[in-house]
Amino acid sequence: MDKCFEFDEKVIAVGLEVSDREDALRHMAQMLHDAGYVRDTYSEAIIRRERTFPTGLPTGENGVAIPHTDICHVIAPMIAVGILKTPVEFQNMGDIEDAIHVKIMFMLAMNNCDNQVKLLSELMQIIQDQYLLKKLCIAQSVTDIGRLLKDKIHF
Amino acid sequence: MKTFRILTICGTGIATSTVAAEKCKQYLTKRGLKVEVVECKAVEASGKIPVYSPHVVVATTPVNDSALHGTKKFSGLPFLTGVGMDKLADEIAAYLQSLE
Repeated sequence: MDKCFEFDEKVIAVGLEVSDREDALRHMAQMLHDAGYVRDTYSEAIIRRERTFPTGLPTGENGVAIPHTDICHVIAPMIAVGILKTPVEFQNMGDIEDAIHVKIMFMLAMNNCDNQVKLLSELMQIIQDQYLLKKLCIAQSVTDIGRLLKDKIHF
Repeated sequence: MKTFRILTICGTGIATSTVAAEKCKQYLTKRGLKVEVVECKAVEASGKIPVYSPHVVVATTPVNDSALHGTKKFSGLPFLTGVGMDKLADEIAAYLQSLE
């Protein structure tokens, strides 16, 4: 029986105004923390990890990042979504020297339960959908984002 | 038919390489190749490569040249982003076939 992943509007943000990559990471980690998905240690861990194992993806016109960290910092699995007002520079996952201008962040809180790999696979389908990425970028509200992503991930 | 060994390498935390590995296998099988795909983390690569002896490495994270022990490396990013997947699969297939 297929389960549908449910995004939580408490951890979705649009028009996010941040000064740089670490500010963006901190802001979204805070959302996940306040909503009870991650521990206190998650924020610093994700910032630290991004410095050596970058998560910027060259997805074409609208850059995407999928920051994540070790499972010990996660309480319950969730994917936080952040649409940035102005793109922020992340390094390319495949080439640390290359900068990606990221507009959409999917911050992953995974703790290895519940078919995590399938979840990630499904998220990649979303990331490969240029049309959906474009719609996410111009979404005006958290509810719009929720609606666009609803029922998109089965696992 | 010869079975080619592919090692996929990812960073830490979650398994982006598992996702890349599945897509990679799918695309190469479609091109008529028999492949076996095994995954490991970047920190394990240096030890794993001499033992597993992959024909090729597909990485979704930076890997030190010294860890590769001379094995040919491809960036697996296209299998994650969907951008350039066919081209990458063609390149890997061509390389593997040239090894025969």
